[in-house]
Amino acid sequence: MYSEKKVEPMKSLSTPSQPEIISLRNDTKASRQRIKQQNRKAALVFWCFAGPLILGLTVFFYIPIIWAVVLSFANARATLTPTGFVGFQNYIDMFKDSAFTSSLGTFLLFALFIVPTTFAASLGMALLVNSVKKAQGFFRSVFFLPTACSYVLASAVWRMGIFSGTDSGLANTVLHLFHLNSFDWITTPTPPWFWLVLVTVRLWLQVGIYMIIFVAGLQEIPRELYEASYVDGAKKGWETFRAITFPLLRNASISVLLLNIIAAFQAFDEFYNIMFGGNLSLARPPLVYIYQVAMFNQDFGHGSAGALILTIIIIAFTLLQGRFLGFGKKD
Amino acid sequence: MSQNQSSSNSFTRRRFLQYSGGLALSGSLLAACAGTGAGGGGTANGNSNLPNLTQWYHQYGEKGTEQAVRSYAKNYTKANVTVKWVAGVGNAYGNSVNTALLGSSAPDIFEQSALSVDQVKQGLLAPLDDIFAAHKDDFLPASVKPFTVNGHVYAIKMLNDPTFIYYRKSMFQKANITKIPTTIDELIDAAKKVSAANNVKSIYIGPDAGVDALHQIAIWASGPQQDLLSADNKVIFNTDRVANMYLKIHELNATGNVLPDATDFWWSINPFLNGSVAMQWCGLWAMPQVVTALKDDFGIFPLPGLDAQSDPATVDGGWAEMVYAKGKNVAAAKAYVESLWIDNATVQKDWNVAYGFHIPPRVSTSAQTDKLKTGPAADAVNILNKYGHSATPYWNAAMETYLEDAVSKILKGGGTASNAKTLLDQAAEKCNTELQKEL
Repeated sequence: MYSEKKVEPMKSLSTPSQPEIISLRNDTKASRQRIKQQNRKAALVFWCFAGPLILGLTVFFYIPIIWAVVLSFANARATLTPTGFVGFQNYIDMFKDSAFTSSLGTFLLFALFIVPTTFAASLGMALLVNSVKKAQGFFRSVFFLPTACSYVLASAVWRMGIFSGTDSGLANTVLHLFHLNSFDWITTPTPPWFWLVLVTVRLWLQVGIYMIIFVAGLQEIPRELYEASYVDGAKKGWETFRAITFPLLRNASISVLLLNIIAAFQAFDEFYNIMFGGNLSLARPPLVYIYQVAMFNQDFGHGSAGALILTIIIIAFTLLQGRFLGFGKKD
Repeated sequence: MSQNQSSSNSFTRRRFLQYSGGLALSGSLLAACAGTGAGGGGTANGNSNLPNLTQWYHQYGEKGTEQAVRSYAKNYTKANVTVKWVAGVGNAYGNSVNTALLGSSAPDIFEQSALSVDQVKQGLLAPLDDIFAAHKDDFLPASVKPFTVNGHVYAIKMLNDPTFIYYRKSMFQKANITKIPTTIDELIDAAKKVSAANNVKSIYIGPDAGVDALHQIAIWASGPQQDLLSADNKVIFNTDRVANMYLKIHELNATGNVLPDATDFWWSINPFLNGSVAMQWCGLWAMPQVVTALKDDFGIFPLPGLDAQSDPATVDGGWAEMVYAKGKNVAAAKAYVESLWIDNATVQKDWNVAYGFHIPPRVSTSAQTDKLKTGPAADAVNILNKYGHSATPYWNAAMETYLEDAVSKILKGGGTASNAKTLLDQAAEKCNTELQKEL
């Protein structure tokens, strides 16, 4: 007889039974809760760390930037609340203002001096420091130290100590040793020696930081490349520098160039402190002029428009160099 | 402490903005930004029934000034006055006040060296006519003009600071100069003689060929009716006489015997005291130092006029007290200002001559001040009373930049009278555009 065998329903390995489902559900719930808790904890930690920074950025950067954009289209004299919108008039006024446009010219001239000299000096120093066998750390620190000095202090030393137009100024004392007459380094438009003062003070202050960027770049270049080149007959020095070192420093070079140009656009302290009084009109960079418009004259509409024009120029420079030099692109 | 002093100190706003994001939560920074910090502390009577007032001063260089203002506040019985002594030099104080006025924690009472018409238009400054009108005639017109808008007075002068040329009598005698120069040509001539006879540089007018020190005063010294702006608000400095006056100052610079640079700006009298020059442009504030160093071997005279038709000129500079119109206790603030700078002659004398050296703006008080009755100090009072000028409040920082740029080109570069006039015309046009924004 055919006996009916009670066939147990096929048990699926993947399908849990009811009680299992319930227990699993509980487990999942618990683990979800755990995950949620963990997530919450992580979020809390994230906000604890990032919150103050984001709050700070919002309060001190983003809101002022947005507000500056609003003010740049408005009349706002001795008030931060727009008293009437004027469209692009503030921008047009700034472009018509010869003091502002000539300040942009001052920047270009300054950049023309400072960017190549800083680049060459910092690269040269990085190569020298990197080639030193002993006390490399010492030399790196020594050249880096001026970076820690304040622009104001350095400007005072340059203005009153080194390049003072008096006979007792250091530069003039040196001239006297060669039986030359004293120079008025800062006060005369022709010859414009004040550029020497402005360029050297910035060079002294910032060359160390760019040197460190180059040193970092140099240390990333594999030794093997040089060894291979020597095997191929390359000579130490200019040949390897041209064929290996400089091309492989591309990223460092581009960041130095970019940071340098932006720093030149933001030039303020040394101009303000060395060229103050009636000498400022000889060399007034854009930021100093914007500062005068916004802070002295309390004209926040035109001041904001000037600041935004400057921002747009800096962004344009950055994008342009990205296009021509390829910074930020993958190799 | 002259009205025209610009900064010798930098304000690193750029770096401040760069780093402020990371410091966002620093309470002290927030307080500093809002201008609410009680930095510098204060002196108050602490009587809870009295109104509370805050009063800001810039950091005066003279010893004892801070204690003085705190004692004035302490001795005042009708309000609890908290004094804030705002550190910083140059424009740092003015910027602090202007920023505070934009926020919610402005001081009730503060000093400024010039009035902003825009701040008046924004209703930030309280008119002081009710405490001032009855005493207006006891102030020099030049002390009132810079603080008057549409007939209302918004500030009361606390101290007057004229500027002029200090000269060494012995060096003038050695050069056989017996008459004080009264025209700019005579000054140029005296400069040549005194330099040659004493083997020193003739004069120091600042490291910028005199742009900062003289760009306004030269206008007033160039002839009658010559000014920056007219009473009916027109730009009027672009005249042939003014152009010629600037060219004369260029001629003075071009003699080759002017001290072109020094480690001090013109408001420090050191180059004159250390014998580098026979003459120096400086202010009354330096006179005690000069008396100590040179006894009676010095005299003073104002910037000589362009020619016989013009008078010499000086500036009626200094500081003036203002009241914040949106403060909680405007009436009490006005009453304190009135008690200090209108009623209390003892305070006015103490403040002006006990620490530094200035002229009390109330003419009756200055006439009673013993230290100002004799010698060069009396001459200074006389020069201020006769030849003191000031700009109208409509003359603002932007116009100052345009004029200074033009004057810098003339004083440093020279050129012909027509070139100079063209530069002034161009500056005047820009100033006019700026002026229209204020009207």
